[in-house]
Amino acid sequence: MSSRCLRASVGATVVAALLACGVAGCDRERREYRAAPAAPGSERPRLTDLQPGGTLAQAPSATGARYEGNAYHINQGSRWFRSFNCNGCHGNGGGSMGPALMDDQWRYGGTIDQIHATILDGRPNGMPSWRGKLTDQQAWELAAYVRALSGNVSKAAAPSRREGMAATPPLTRIKPQPPQSSDPSAQNPPPP
Amino acid sequence: MNTPARLRAWLFTGAVLALAACDGPQSALLPRAEQAEAIDRVWRVMLWTCTALYIVVLLALAYAMLRRRADRRREGIASDPLLRKTLAAWVVVIVAFLTAFVALSYAEDRRIRGGEPDLEVRITAKQWWWQVEYLDADPSRQFTTANELHLPRDRTARIELRAGDVIHSYWVPALGGKEDLIPGRTNAVWVTPRENGTWRGQCAEFCGLQHAHMALDVFVHDVGFFERWRDTQLYPARLPETATARRGKAVFEQHACATCHTVRGTTAGGRLGPDLTHFASRRHLAAGLLPVESPHLLAWIEDPQRLKPGAQMPAVPLAPQDLLAVNEYLLGLR
Repeated sequence: MSSRCLRASVGATVVAALLACGVAGCDRERREYRAAPAAPGSERPRLTDLQPGGTLAQAPSATGARYEGNAYHINQGSRWFRSFNCNGCHGNGGGSMGPALMDDQWRYGGTIDQIHATILDGRPNGMPSWRGKLTDQQAWELAAYVRALSGNVSKAAAPSRREGMAATPPLTRIKPQPPQSSDPSAQNPPPP
Repeated sequence: MNTPARLRAWLFTGAVLALAACDGPQSALLPRAEQAEAIDRVWRVMLWTCTALYIVVLLALAYAMLRRRADRRREGIASDPLLRKTLAAWVVVIVAFLTAFVALSYAEDRRIRGGEPDLEVRITAKQWWWQVEYLDADPSRQFTTANELHLPRDRTARIELRAGDVIHSYWVPALGGKEDLIPGRTNAVWVTPRENGTWRGQCAEFCGLQHAHMALDVFVHDVGFFERWRDTQLYPARLPETATARRGKAVFEQHACATCHTVRGTTAGGRLGPDLTHFASRRHLAAGLLPVESPHLLAWIEDPQRLKPGAQMPAVPLAPQDLLAVNEYLLGLR
């Protein structure tokens, strides 16, 4: 084979290789036109009521409703509340370093789903995230007990006696305090 | 089978079951400590005195029945001075014996609750396990274990009893009487074991769902052996040796296990469940439920609620390989 012929074939190979690279580069990034819909019930609870446009209510979870009406689970929640040192910051529900849990003010929502999410996810400025450190069931039980502290569970299920010191009447006898706005700082005018 | 034969079979079965309870590691009839012997003495005095008096009563009854049939002339007689005097004397005898029993029981009870202890242990009963703390004037010589009480022979131990949640009752029949553990109150028993061996204790006050699965293993050793055991228990946990066990340690520390359990020498420091520093040196897991062996432990970690429904330990969701790793790690904590 002559040297010219050889050079021509090498050139053709190089051109073909470059072309191949160019064509391979033509694959544009993928566009996902339709995301897989979230599984029903896997929606995360809202932390605030403030919404653009009309208020969209969120369906409460069945688990939360079940635990709120169950005396055993509320009592277990009370046990975990003492055992995991919730008292350390929330002082038997009266609050100290952490916010009070026996009133109607909730920074991140006062429904059982929101409290459950707050326990597992943690919240800024001090509330630790307990995800993986508690089981999901323990978090639900804790959330049910926290709801009981403000009188928001069924009287038939609320614990009638407290294990530790208590500054309030028995939880069966306190007035229900339904959660007010979930984020008062967002809706009330700032303090003068 | 005809009726008398069936009745005999039932009576035989009943007797076998009743007598079977008189032996073994959990029998009040085989006292193995000074205090248990004292209680046993009082009990035997009461048993034989009452037996003798009961025989006298039966003899009197038999005499009355025989006399009634032989002597019909006595029918309708309202007053009998001899009978009145005999009954009065009998009342005096009964009151005298009862007073003597009370005095004896009181004196022995005072005697077995006291003495200069060589060893102080604190038992805190919880739903449904026993936390056992060995106390010492030197804080570095204190340690905590669970569901096992080790005692030196011929030494007096003062066992302080507390309750962590509801009322429980400490009862090691071979070593002494029952004592309740009451929330907010500190009770104590004194134990001076007289024989080496393994005994069994049991919660004797209904305390909830798993009251039946709340046993305490008690080991009595020579003093030298006991001291060696105690020194071993003072060490922090053994470091994991295999790669799997190391992974198990990491899983244990990062997941929910460490929220409740302590393994001294690691970051796991929860105070809610039993201290697991020397877990594999124990005989049983979950307060006498199952022996500490691989398949049992694995089943327990995977789902405690299947083996002991209502127990405070939840089923922690772990990947299968993490489960095996934690199992191997715990079995290495000797």
